[in-house]
Amino acid sequence: MDLKELYQEIILDHGKNPRNLRKTTNFNKDAKGHNPLCGDKVHVYLKLDEDKKVQDISFEGQGCAISMASASIMTDLVKGKEEHEVKEIVKDFLEMIKEKDKLNNKILEENEKTKLMCLSGVKKYPMRVKCATLSWHTLTSAIDNTQQEINSENID
Amino acid sequence: MNIENIKKQFPIFNNKVHNNDLVYLDSANSSQKPQVVVDRIYDFYTKEFSNVGRSVHYLAVAATNLYEETRSLMQKYINAKDPNEIVFTKGATEAINLVANTFGQKFLKEGDEIILTELEHHSNYVPWHYLRRSKGIQIKFAEINSEGEISLESIEKLMTSKTKMIAITHLSNVTGAILPIKEITRLAHSKNIPVLIDGCQGAPHLKLDMQEIGCDFYAISCHKMYGPTGLGILYAKKKWLETLPPYQGGGGMISEVKKDGITFGDLPNKYEAGTMATAQVIAFAESIKFLNQIGIENIEKHESELTKYGEEVLRKNNSVKLVGSPKNKGSVLSFTLDGIHAHDIATILDEDGVAIRAGHHCCQILHDKLGLSATARASLGVYNTKDDIDKLNESINKCKKIFNK
Repeated sequence: MDLKELYQEIILDHGKNPRNLRKTTNFNKDAKGHNPLCGDKVHVYLKLDEDKKVQDISFEGQGCAISMASASIMTDLVKGKEEHEVKEIVKDFLEMIKEKDKLNNKILEENEKTKLMCLSGVKKYPMRVKCATLSWHTLTSAIDNTQQEINSENID
Repeated sequence: MNIENIKKQFPIFNNKVHNNDLVYLDSANSSQKPQVVVDRIYDFYTKEFSNVGRSVHYLAVAATNLYEETRSLMQKYINAKDPNEIVFTKGATEAINLVANTFGQKFLKEGDEIILTELEHHSNYVPWHYLRRSKGIQIKFAEINSEGEISLESIEKLMTSKTKMIAITHLSNVTGAILPIKEITRLAHSKNIPVLIDGCQGAPHLKLDMQEIGCDFYAISCHKMYGPTGLGILYAKKKWLETLPPYQGGGGMISEVKKDGITFGDLPNKYEAGTMATAQVIAFAESIKFLNQIGIENIEKHESELTKYGEEVLRKNNSVKLVGSPKNKGSVLSFTLDGIHAHDIATILDEDGVAIRAGHHCCQILHDKLGLSATARASLGVYNTKDDIDKLNESINKCKKIFNK
Protein backbone atom coordinates (compact mmCIF):
# COMPACT_ATOMS: atom_id res chain seq x y z
CA MET A 1 0.00 0.00 0.00
CA ASP A 2 1.36 3.39 -1.10
CA LEU A 3 0.47 5.35 2.03
CA LYS A 4 2.56 3.02 4.15
CA GLU A 5 5.46 3.53 1.77
CA LEU A 6 5.04 7.27 2.11
CA TYR A 7 4.56 7.44 5.84
CA GLN A 8 7.17 4.93 6.97
CA GLU A 9 8.08 4.74 10.63
CA ILE A 10 11.36 6.55 10.04
CA ILE A 11 9.58 9.44 8.27
CA LEU A 12 7.03 9.75 11.05
CA ASP A 13 9.82 9.67 13.61
CA HIS A 14 11.90 12.36 11.90
CA GLY A 15 8.74 14.36 11.16
CA LYS A 16 7.74 14.33 14.79
CA ASN A 17 11.20 14.77 16.30
CA PRO A 18 13.26 16.52 13.64
CA ARG A 19 17.02 16.33 14.21
CA ASN A 20 19.05 19.53 14.05
CA LEU A 21 15.96 21.73 14.24
CA ARG A 22 17.76 24.75 15.66
CA LYS A 23 19.98 27.60 14.53
CA THR A 24 23.73 26.91 14.25
CA THR A 25 25.73 29.46 16.20
CA ASN A 26 28.45 31.05 14.11
CA PHE A 27 27.10 29.64 10.87
CA ASN A 28 28.94 30.89 7.81
CA LYS A 29 26.43 30.01 5.12
CA ASP A 30 22.65 29.99 5.08
CA ALA A 31 19.65 30.15 2.76
CA LYS A 32 15.87 30.31 2.96
CA GLY A 33 13.31 28.25 1.09
CA HIS A 34 9.59 28.75 0.66
CA ASN A 35 6.74 26.78 -0.84
CA PRO A 36 4.09 29.40 -1.65
CA LEU A 37 1.44 26.77 -2.35
CA CYS A 38 1.35 25.39 1.15
CA GLY A 39 3.21 28.02 3.15
CA ASP A 40 6.07 25.71 4.15
CA LYS A 41 9.21 27.60 5.09
CA VAL A 42 12.72 26.40 5.77
CA HIS A 43 15.96 28.13 6.72
CA VAL A 44 19.16 26.08 6.43
CA TYR A 45 22.32 27.06 8.36
CA LEU A 46 25.78 25.67 7.58
CA LYS A 47 29.06 25.92 9.37
CA LEU A 48 31.96 24.86 7.17
CA ASP A 49 35.43 24.51 8.66
CA GLU A 50 38.67 25.62 7.01
CA ASP A 51 38.80 22.43 4.93
CA LYS A 52 35.26 23.13 3.69
CA LYS A 53 33.93 20.26 5.73
CA VAL A 54 30.43 20.53 7.28
CA GLN A 55 31.15 21.06 10.93
CA ASP A 56 27.52 21.75 11.68
CA ILE A 57 24.25 21.97 9.79
CA SER A 58 20.85 22.85 11.13
CA PHE A 59 17.49 24.13 10.00
CA GLU A 60 14.53 26.08 11.20
CA GLY A 61 11.08 25.93 9.71
CA GLN A 62 7.68 24.42 9.70
CA GLY A 63 5.98 22.06 7.34
CA CYS A 64 4.38 18.71 6.78
CA ALA A 65 5.81 15.40 7.98
CA ILE A 66 7.50 14.82 4.62
CA SER A 67 9.26 18.18 4.50
CA MET A 68 10.34 18.06 8.13
CA ALA A 69 11.58 14.47 7.86
CA SER A 70 13.41 15.21 4.63
CA ALA A 71 15.23 18.20 6.15
CA SER A 72 15.97 16.23 9.30
CA ILE A 73 17.45 13.23 7.46
CA MET A 74 19.37 15.53 5.13
CA THR A 75 21.07 17.39 7.98
CA ASP A 76 21.92 14.08 9.65
CA LEU A 77 23.53 12.66 6.53
CA VAL A 78 25.63 15.56 5.31
CA LYS A 79 27.23 16.41 8.63
CA GLY A 80 30.97 15.77 8.47
CA LYS A 81 31.00 15.62 4.66
CA GLU A 82 33.05 17.90 2.49
CA GLU A 83 31.33 20.60 0.53
CA HIS A 84 31.79 18.91 -2.87
CA GLU A 85 30.51 15.65 -1.37
CA VAL A 86 27.43 17.40 -0.05
CA LYS A 87 26.71 18.74 -3.52
CA GLU A 88 27.07 15.25 -4.97
CA ILE A 89 24.70 13.79 -2.39
CA VAL A 90 22.13 16.53 -3.07
CA LYS A 91 22.35 15.94 -6.82
CA ASP A 92 21.99 12.18 -6.38
CA PHE A 93 19.01 12.60 -4.04
CA LEU A 94 17.20 15.00 -6.38
CA GLU A 95 17.77 12.66 -9.35
CA MET A 96 16.49 9.71 -7.35
CA ILE A 97 13.34 11.60 -6.27
CA LYS A 98 12.69 12.62 -9.87
CA GLU A 99 13.51 9.53 -11.89
CA LYS A 100 16.19 7.08 -10.76
CA ASP A 101 15.44 3.88 -8.86
CA LYS A 102 18.34 4.14 -6.49
CA LEU A 103 21.09 6.35 -5.13
CA ASN A 104 24.39 6.09 -6.98
CA ASN A 105 26.79 8.17 -4.91
CA LYS A 106 29.79 6.48 -3.33
CA ILE A 107 29.88 8.82 -0.35
CA LEU A 108 27.07 7.55 1.81
CA GLU A 109 27.20 4.19 3.59
CA GLU A 110 24.61 1.57 2.59
CA ASN A 111 22.62 2.04 5.80
CA GLU A 112 22.57 5.80 5.19
CA LYS A 113 21.30 5.23 1.68
CA THR A 114 18.57 2.97 3.00
CA LYS A 115 17.50 5.71 5.34
CA LEU A 116 17.39 8.25 2.53
CA MET A 117 15.50 5.86 0.27
CA CYS A 118 12.66 5.96 2.80
CA LEU A 119 11.76 9.27 1.17
CA SER A 120 11.34 7.63 -2.25
CA GLY A 121 7.69 6.82 -1.43
CA VAL A 122 6.92 10.43 -2.31
CA LYS A 123 7.53 9.66 -6.00
CA LYS A 124 4.01 8.29 -6.28
CA TYR A 125 2.64 11.62 -5.01
CA PRO A 126 3.73 14.22 -7.58
CA MET A 127 2.11 17.05 -5.61
CA ARG A 128 4.23 16.18 -2.59
CA VAL A 129 7.65 15.86 -4.26
CA LYS A 130 8.29 19.54 -3.57
CA CYS A 131 7.74 18.93 0.14
CA ALA A 132 10.67 16.51 0.05
CA THR A 133 13.00 18.55 -2.14
CA LEU A 134 12.61 22.09 -0.74
CA SER A 135 15.24 21.75 2.00
CA TRP A 136 17.70 20.11 -0.41
CA HIS A 137 17.42 22.93 -2.94
CA THR A 138 17.80 25.35 -0.04
CA LEU A 139 20.99 23.57 1.06
CA THR A 140 22.41 23.97 -2.46
CA SER A 141 21.53 27.65 -2.38
CA ALA A 142 23.32 28.02 0.97
CA ILE A 143 26.46 26.32 -0.34
CA ASP A 144 26.46 28.41 -3.52
CA ASN A 145 25.78 31.53 -1.48
CA THR A 146 23.18 32.69 -3.95
CA GLN A 147 21.49 34.93 -1.36
CA GLN A 148 18.24 34.10 -3.07
CA GLU A 149 15.24 32.58 -1.39
CA ILE A 150 14.35 29.25 -2.98
CA ASN A 151 10.77 29.24 -4.22
CA SER A 152 9.51 25.70 -4.79
CA GLU A 153 7.38 26.93 -7.68
CA ASN A 154 10.46 27.96 -9.63
CA ILE A 155 12.44 24.74 -9.34
CA ASP A 156 12.04 21.31 -10.94
CA MET B 1 -35.16 17.48 -2.12
CA ASN B 2 -33.55 14.17 -2.97
CA ILE B 3 -29.78 14.47 -2.83
CA GLU B 4 -29.21 11.07 -4.39
CA ASN B 5 -31.12 12.20 -7.49
CA ILE B 6 -29.18 15.44 -7.57
CA LYS B 7 -25.89 13.60 -7.23
CA LYS B 8 -26.83 11.36 -10.17
CA GLN B 9 -26.85 14.45 -12.36
CA PHE B 10 -23.09 14.85 -11.80
CA PRO B 11 -21.17 12.39 -14.01
CA ILE B 12 -17.95 12.77 -11.99
CA PHE B 13 -19.44 10.60 -9.25
CA ASN B 14 -19.52 7.62 -11.62
CA ASN B 15 -15.74 7.46 -11.38
CA LYS B 16 -13.65 5.90 -8.65
CA VAL B 17 -10.72 7.62 -6.96
CA HIS B 18 -8.07 5.16 -5.76
CA ASN B 19 -10.81 2.49 -6.05
CA ASN B 20 -13.10 4.41 -3.72
CA ASP B 21 -16.27 6.37 -4.28
CA LEU B 22 -15.46 10.03 -4.60
CA VAL B 23 -16.27 12.10 -1.54
CA TYR B 24 -15.91 15.58 -2.99
CA LEU B 25 -15.41 18.16 -0.27
CA ASP B 26 -13.64 20.86 -2.27
CA SER B 27 -16.52 22.84 -3.73
CA ALA B 28 -15.30 26.14 -2.25
CA ASN B 29 -12.33 25.65 -4.54
CA SER B 30 -14.44 24.63 -7.53
CA SER B 31 -17.72 22.77 -7.78
CA GLN B 32 -18.41 19.74 -9.96
CA LYS B 33 -20.48 20.11 -13.12
CA PRO B 34 -23.91 18.62 -13.81
CA GLN B 35 -24.33 16.67 -17.06
CA VAL B 36 -26.56 19.39 -18.57
CA VAL B 37 -23.68 21.88 -18.40
CA VAL B 38 -21.18 19.44 -19.91
CA ASP B 39 -23.67 18.55 -22.67
CA ARG B 40 -24.42 22.17 -23.41
CA ILE B 41 -20.75 22.89 -24.13
CA TYR B 42 -20.55 19.85 -26.40
CA ASP B 43 -23.79 20.69 -28.21
CA PHE B 44 -22.86 24.31 -28.71
CA TYR B 45 -19.53 23.41 -30.29
CA THR B 46 -20.90 20.56 -32.38
CA LYS B 47 -24.16 22.09 -33.63
CA GLU B 48 -24.41 25.79 -32.94
CA PHE B 49 -21.00 27.37 -32.79
CA SER B 50 -20.36 30.88 -33.96
CA ASN B 51 -18.83 34.01 -32.53
CA VAL B 52 -21.35 36.41 -31.05
CA GLY B 53 -22.29 40.03 -31.61
CA ARG B 54 -20.56 40.48 -34.93
CA SER B 55 -21.78 38.60 -37.99
CA VAL B 56 -25.32 38.58 -39.37
CA HIS B 57 -25.47 34.93 -40.47
CA TYR B 58 -27.86 32.44 -38.94
CA LEU B 59 -25.43 30.82 -36.49
CA ALA B 60 -24.10 34.18 -35.30
CA VAL B 61 -27.56 35.51 -34.57
CA ALA B 62 -28.57 32.34 -32.73
CA ALA B 63 -25.36 32.30 -30.66
CA THR B 64 -25.75 35.99 -29.82
CA ASN B 65 -29.29 35.36 -28.58
CA LEU B 66 -28.11 32.46 -26.42
CA TYR B 67 -25.28 34.54 -25.01
CA GLU B 68 -27.64 37.36 -24.09
CA GLU B 69 -30.13 34.88 -22.67
CA THR B 70 -27.57 33.94 -19.99
CA ARG B 71 -27.24 37.61 -19.14
CA SER B 72 -31.01 37.91 -18.66
CA LEU B 73 -31.17 34.69 -16.64
CA MET B 74 -28.39 35.96 -14.38
CA GLN B 75 -30.08 39.32 -14.01
CA LYS B 76 -33.19 37.56 -12.74
CA TYR B 77 -31.21 35.12 -10.62
CA ILE B 78 -29.59 37.90 -8.60
CA ASN B 79 -32.47 40.36 -9.05
CA ALA B 80 -30.45 43.07 -10.72
CA LYS B 81 -32.45 45.99 -12.07
CA ASP B 82 -31.12 45.83 -15.61
CA PRO B 83 -29.51 43.07 -17.74
CA ASN B 84 -26.78 45.56 -18.65
CA GLU B 85 -25.64 45.48 -15.05
CA ILE B 86 -24.30 41.98 -15.74
CA VAL B 87 -20.77 41.98 -17.20
CA PHE B 88 -19.07 38.73 -18.21
CA THR B 89 -15.43 38.41 -17.21
CA LYS B 90 -12.88 35.61 -17.21
CA GLY B 91 -13.47 35.06 -13.51
CA ALA B 92 -14.29 36.76 -10.24
CA THR B 93 -10.63 37.78 -10.05
CA GLU B 94 -10.96 39.73 -13.28
CA ALA B 95 -14.23 41.22 -12.05
CA ILE B 96 -12.49 42.64 -8.97
CA ASN B 97 -9.48 43.75 -11.03
CA LEU B 98 -11.87 45.51 -13.39
CA VAL B 99 -13.38 47.54 -10.56
CA ALA B 100 -10.10 48.25 -8.76
CA ASN B 101 -8.46 49.33 -12.01
CA THR B 102 -11.21 51.53 -13.44
CA PHE B 103 -12.41 52.96 -10.14
CA GLY B 104 -8.81 53.56 -9.08
CA GLN B 105 -8.01 55.29 -12.36
CA LYS B 106 -10.95 57.63 -12.17
CA PHE B 107 -11.50 58.31 -8.48
CA LEU B 108 -8.48 57.44 -6.31
CA LYS B 109 -5.56 59.64 -5.39
CA GLU B 110 -2.73 59.53 -2.89
CA GLY B 111 -3.87 59.28 0.70
CA ASP B 112 -7.32 57.88 -0.13
CA GLU B 113 -8.31 54.85 1.91
CA ILE B 114 -10.08 51.64 1.18
CA ILE B 115 -11.30 49.11 3.72
CA LEU B 116 -10.90 45.35 3.31
CA THR B 117 -11.18 42.65 5.97
CA GLU B 118 -8.73 40.10 7.32
CA LEU B 119 -10.92 37.41 5.77
CA GLU B 120 -10.25 38.47 2.19
CA HIS B 121 -9.06 36.05 -0.44
CA HIS B 122 -5.93 37.27 -2.24
CA SER B 123 -8.12 38.13 -5.22
CA ASN B 124 -9.75 40.86 -3.15
CA TYR B 125 -6.48 42.22 -1.83
CA VAL B 126 -3.84 42.02 -4.57
CA PRO B 127 -5.79 44.20 -7.07
CA TRP B 128 -6.05 46.93 -4.38
CA HIS B 129 -2.39 46.49 -3.51
CA TYR B 130 -1.55 47.56 -7.08
CA LEU B 131 -3.32 50.84 -6.37
CA ARG B 132 -1.40 51.22 -3.14
CA ARG B 133 1.74 50.97 -5.23
CA SER B 134 0.68 53.07 -8.22
CA LYS B 135 -1.49 55.68 -6.52
CA GLY B 136 -0.30 55.68 -2.94
CA ILE B 137 -3.68 54.75 -1.44
CA GLN B 138 -3.93 53.24 2.04
CA ILE B 139 -5.44 49.81 2.70
CA LYS B 140 -7.05 49.16 6.07
CA PHE B 141 -8.07 45.72 7.27
CA ALA B 142 -11.14 45.26 9.46
CA GLU B 143 -10.20 42.75 12.14
CA ILE B 144 -11.93 39.45 12.85
CA ASN B 145 -13.26 38.63 16.30
CA SER B 146 -12.46 35.43 18.16
CA GLU B 147 -15.18 33.55 16.26
CA GLY B 148 -13.65 34.45 12.90
CA GLU B 149 -16.43 36.92 12.10
CA ILE B 150 -16.44 40.51 10.87
CA SER B 151 -18.79 42.80 12.73
CA LEU B 152 -20.33 46.00 11.48
CA GLU B 153 -18.42 47.85 14.20
CA SER B 154 -15.04 46.54 13.05
CA ILE B 155 -15.66 48.23 9.71
CA GLU B 156 -17.32 51.33 11.13
CA LYS B 157 -14.34 52.22 13.26
CA LEU B 158 -12.03 52.26 10.22
CA MET B 159 -14.24 54.60 8.20
CA THR B 160 -12.94 58.14 7.76
CA SER B 161 -13.61 61.02 5.40
CA LYS B 162 -10.87 59.55 3.19
CA THR B 163 -12.54 56.14 2.78
CA LYS B 164 -13.35 55.70 -0.90
CA MET B 165 -14.37 52.04 -1.11
CA ILE B 166 -15.28 49.12 1.13
CA ALA B 167 -14.44 45.77 -0.49
CA ILE B 168 -15.44 42.70 1.51
CA THR B 169 -16.22 39.05 1.11
CA HIS B 170 -19.78 37.79 1.37
CA LEU B 171 -18.77 34.44 2.90
CA SER B 172 -15.28 33.60 4.15
CA ASN B 173 -13.72 30.66 2.32
CA VAL B 174 -11.87 29.72 5.53
CA THR B 175 -14.02 30.42 8.60
CA GLY B 176 -17.31 30.25 6.71
CA ALA B 177 -18.43 33.52 8.30
CA ILE B 178 -21.30 35.17 6.43
CA LEU B 179 -20.82 38.92 6.63
CA PRO B 180 -23.70 41.34 7.32
CA ILE B 181 -23.31 42.78 3.82
CA LYS B 182 -26.68 44.52 3.76
CA GLU B 183 -25.97 46.38 6.99
CA ILE B 184 -22.41 47.19 5.90
CA THR B 185 -23.74 48.56 2.62
CA ARG B 186 -26.32 50.74 4.42
CA LEU B 187 -23.63 52.08 6.71
CA ALA B 188 -21.22 52.76 3.83
CA HIS B 189 -23.89 54.45 1.74
CA SER B 190 -24.80 56.74 4.63
CA LYS B 191 -21.29 58.17 4.12
CA ASN B 192 -21.43 57.93 0.31
CA ILE B 193 -18.88 55.11 0.19
CA PRO B 194 -19.41 52.47 -2.51
CA VAL B 195 -19.27 48.77 -1.60
CA LEU B 196 -17.83 45.84 -3.52
CA ILE B 197 -18.75 42.33 -2.41
CA ASP B 198 -16.55 39.37 -3.30
CA GLY B 199 -19.36 36.90 -3.86
CA CYS B 200 -17.28 33.87 -4.85
CA GLN B 201 -18.44 31.86 -1.88
CA GLY B 202 -21.76 33.64 -1.40
CA ALA B 203 -23.23 33.16 -4.86
CA PRO B 204 -23.18 29.33 -4.98
CA HIS B 205 -24.83 28.94 -1.58
CA LEU B 206 -26.99 31.93 -0.69
CA LYS B 207 -30.04 33.63 -2.14
CA LEU B 208 -28.98 36.83 -3.84
CA ASP B 209 -30.99 39.98 -4.33
CA MET B 210 -28.84 42.85 -5.56
CA GLN B 211 -31.57 45.43 -5.13
CA GLU B 212 -32.16 44.37 -1.55
CA ILE B 213 -28.46 44.19 -0.66
CA GLY B 214 -27.92 47.50 -2.42
CA CYS B 215 -24.19 46.97 -3.02
CA ASP B 216 -22.46 48.74 -5.88
CA PHE B 217 -20.44 45.78 -7.14
CA TYR B 218 -20.76 42.01 -6.66
CA ALA B 219 -18.17 39.62 -8.12
CA ILE B 220 -19.14 36.04 -9.01
CA SER B 221 -17.13 32.97 -9.95
CA CYS B 222 -19.15 30.73 -12.29
CA HIS B 223 -17.06 27.58 -11.84
CA LYS B 224 -17.98 27.56 -8.14
CA MET B 225 -21.66 27.69 -9.18
CA TYR B 226 -21.75 24.36 -11.03
CA GLY B 227 -20.69 26.21 -14.17
CA PRO B 228 -17.70 26.18 -16.53
CA THR B 229 -14.24 27.52 -15.73
CA GLY B 230 -12.93 30.65 -17.41
CA LEU B 231 -16.04 32.64 -16.60
CA GLY B 232 -16.97 35.16 -13.97
CA ILE B 233 -19.61 37.82 -13.61
CA LEU B 234 -19.39 41.35 -12.39
CA TYR B 235 -22.63 42.83 -11.22
CA ALA B 236 -22.30 46.60 -11.09
CA LYS B 237 -24.90 49.31 -10.71
CA LYS B 238 -25.54 50.92 -14.05
CA LYS B 239 -24.45 54.34 -12.83
CA TRP B 240 -20.97 52.93 -12.19
CA LEU B 241 -20.68 51.12 -15.51
CA GLU B 242 -21.69 54.31 -17.25
CA THR B 243 -19.28 56.48 -15.24
CA LEU B 244 -16.17 54.30 -15.04
CA PRO B 245 -13.75 54.08 -17.97
CA PRO B 246 -13.44 50.86 -20.01
CA TYR B 247 -11.10 48.20 -18.59
CA GLN B 248 -9.60 46.50 -21.63
CA GLY B 249 -9.54 47.82 -25.15
CA GLY B 250 -10.22 45.80 -28.27
CA GLY B 251 -12.86 44.61 -30.67
CA GLY B 252 -16.50 44.57 -29.70
CA MET B 253 -16.26 47.35 -27.12
CA ILE B 254 -16.01 50.33 -29.40
CA SER B 255 -18.48 52.59 -31.13
CA GLU B 256 -16.29 54.44 -33.61
CA VAL B 257 -12.58 54.12 -34.27
CA LYS B 258 -10.71 56.88 -36.14
CA LYS B 259 -7.03 57.62 -36.49
CA ASP B 260 -7.39 60.54 -34.16
CA GLY B 261 -9.83 59.16 -31.62
CA ILE B 262 -12.11 56.39 -30.41
CA THR B 263 -15.56 56.36 -28.90
CA PHE B 264 -16.60 53.41 -26.80
CA GLY B 265 -19.62 51.22 -27.17
CA ASP B 266 -22.68 51.08 -24.94
CA LEU B 267 -23.25 48.65 -22.12
CA PRO B 268 -22.66 45.80 -21.78
CA ASN B 269 -20.19 45.78 -24.71
CA LYS B 270 -18.04 48.50 -23.15
CA TYR B 271 -16.60 45.99 -20.70
CA GLU B 272 -16.51 42.90 -22.93
CA ALA B 273 -13.54 43.48 -25.23
CA GLY B 274 -12.49 40.73 -27.59
CA THR B 275 -14.10 37.34 -28.11
CA MET B 276 -15.54 36.28 -24.80
CA ALA B 277 -15.81 32.79 -23.28
CA THR B 278 -18.82 32.19 -25.51
CA ALA B 279 -19.40 28.48 -24.92
CA GLN B 280 -18.96 28.92 -21.18
CA VAL B 281 -21.45 31.78 -21.04
CA ILE B 282 -24.01 29.78 -23.01
CA ALA B 283 -23.45 26.66 -20.88
CA PHE B 284 -23.71 28.69 -17.69
CA ALA B 285 -27.39 29.23 -18.49
CA GLU B 286 -27.79 25.52 -17.69
CA SER B 287 -26.12 26.02 -14.30
CA ILE B 288 -28.60 28.76 -13.44
CA LYS B 289 -31.50 26.58 -14.59
CA PHE B 290 -30.11 23.71 -12.52
CA LEU B 291 -29.97 25.94 -9.43
CA ASN B 292 -33.45 27.31 -10.12
CA GLN B 293 -34.86 23.83 -10.52
CA ILE B 294 -33.70 22.82 -7.04
CA GLY B 295 -34.36 26.26 -5.58
CA ILE B 296 -31.66 28.23 -3.82
CA GLU B 297 -33.74 28.27 -0.61
CA ASN B 298 -33.64 24.46 -0.59
CA ILE B 299 -29.92 24.47 -1.26
CA GLU B 300 -29.35 26.92 1.60
CA LYS B 301 -31.37 24.75 3.95
CA HIS B 302 -29.65 21.52 2.94
CA GLU B 303 -26.15 22.97 3.16
CA SER B 304 -26.83 24.74 6.43
CA GLU B 305 -28.02 21.46 8.02
CA LEU B 306 -25.02 19.66 6.63
CA THR B 307 -22.61 22.32 7.90
CA LYS B 308 -24.13 22.03 11.38
CA TYR B 309 -23.85 18.26 11.22
CA GLY B 310 -20.22 18.57 10.12
CA GLU B 311 -19.45 20.92 13.00
CA GLU B 312 -21.07 18.49 15.44
CA VAL B 313 -19.19 15.47 14.13
CA LEU B 314 -15.81 17.21 14.00
CA ARG B 315 -16.25 18.80 17.44
CA LYS B 316 -16.79 15.32 18.90
CA ASN B 317 -13.57 14.09 17.34
CA ASN B 318 -10.71 14.63 19.77
CA SER B 319 -7.74 16.56 18.43
CA VAL B 320 -9.76 18.17 15.61
CA LYS B 321 -9.92 21.93 16.00
CA LEU B 322 -12.36 23.86 13.86
CA VAL B 323 -11.08 27.16 12.52
CA GLY B 324 -13.61 29.83 13.49
CA SER B 325 -17.05 29.36 14.93
CA PRO B 326 -19.19 32.09 13.39
CA LYS B 327 -22.85 32.12 14.33
CA ASN B 328 -23.86 32.70 10.75
CA LYS B 329 -21.78 30.13 8.90
CA GLY B 330 -21.73 28.90 5.29
CA SER B 331 -20.67 25.59 3.80
CA VAL B 332 -17.03 25.56 4.94
CA LEU B 333 -15.37 23.37 7.59
CA SER B 334 -11.74 24.36 8.09
CA PHE B 335 -9.79 22.49 10.71
CA THR B 336 -6.45 21.54 12.12
CA LEU B 337 -5.41 18.27 13.65
CA ASP B 338 -3.02 18.24 16.60
CA GLY B 339 0.49 17.40 15.41
CA ILE B 340 -0.50 16.54 11.85
CA HIS B 341 0.15 19.01 9.05
CA ALA B 342 -2.73 19.84 6.71
CA HIS B 343 -0.88 18.49 3.68
CA ASP B 344 -0.37 15.12 5.32
CA ILE B 345 -4.08 15.07 6.19
CA ALA B 346 -5.02 15.85 2.58
CA THR B 347 -2.78 13.11 1.17
CA ILE B 348 -4.11 10.48 3.57
CA LEU B 349 -7.75 11.51 2.98
CA ASP B 350 -7.20 11.39 -0.77
CA GLU B 351 -6.25 7.72 -0.54
CA ASP B 352 -9.82 7.11 0.66
CA GLY B 353 -11.28 9.18 -2.17
CA VAL B 354 -11.96 12.10 0.15
CA ALA B 355 -11.01 15.31 -1.69
CA ILE B 356 -10.31 18.31 0.52
CA ARG B 357 -7.97 21.29 0.23
CA ALA B 358 -4.96 21.98 2.42
CA GLY B 359 -2.89 25.13 2.69
CA HIS B 360 -3.65 28.78 3.24
CA HIS B 361 -6.55 28.82 0.76
CA CYS B 362 -5.25 32.08 -0.72
CA CYS B 363 -5.82 33.78 2.64
CA GLN B 364 -2.35 34.39 4.07
CA ILE B 365 -3.42 37.50 6.00
CA LEU B 366 -5.97 35.42 7.88
CA HIS B 367 -3.62 32.49 8.49
CA ASP B 368 -0.97 34.87 9.85
CA LYS B 369 -3.56 36.37 12.16
CA LEU B 370 -4.59 32.91 13.37
CA GLY B 371 -0.93 31.89 13.74
CA LEU B 372 -1.42 28.92 11.40
CA SER B 373 0.73 28.14 8.39
CA ALA B 374 -1.85 25.83 6.87
CA THR B 375 -5.32 24.45 7.54
CA ALA B 376 -7.33 21.57 6.09
CA ARG B 377 -10.66 22.55 4.58
CA ALA B 378 -13.71 20.48 3.74
CA SER B 379 -16.24 22.51 1.79
CA LEU B 380 -19.72 21.49 0.78
CA GLY B 381 -21.88 21.55 -2.31
CA VAL B 382 -25.44 20.63 -3.18
CA TYR B 383 -24.43 16.99 -3.83
CA ASN B 384 -22.93 16.31 -0.39
CA THR B 385 -24.61 14.18 2.24
CA LYS B 386 -24.17 13.29 5.92
CA ASP B 387 -22.55 10.12 4.67
CA ASP B 388 -19.76 12.26 3.15
CA ILE B 389 -19.18 13.93 6.52
CA ASP B 390 -19.01 10.52 8.19
CA LYS B 391 -16.46 9.33 5.63
CA LEU B 392 -14.43 12.49 6.22
CA ASN B 393 -14.44 11.74 9.92
CA GLU B 394 -13.41 8.11 9.38
CA SER B 395 -10.49 9.21 7.22
CA ILE B 396 -9.45 11.77 9.83
CA ASN B 397 -9.35 8.91 12.31
CA LYS B 398 -7.13 7.03 9.89
CA CYS B 399 -4.71 10.01 9.89
CA LYS B 400 -4.59 9.87 13.66
CA LYS B 401 -3.87 6.16 13.51
CA ILE B 402 -1.03 6.55 11.00
CA PHE B 403 0.50 9.30 13.11
CA ASN B 404 -0.16 7.41 16.36
CA LYS B 405 -2.29 10.21 17.73
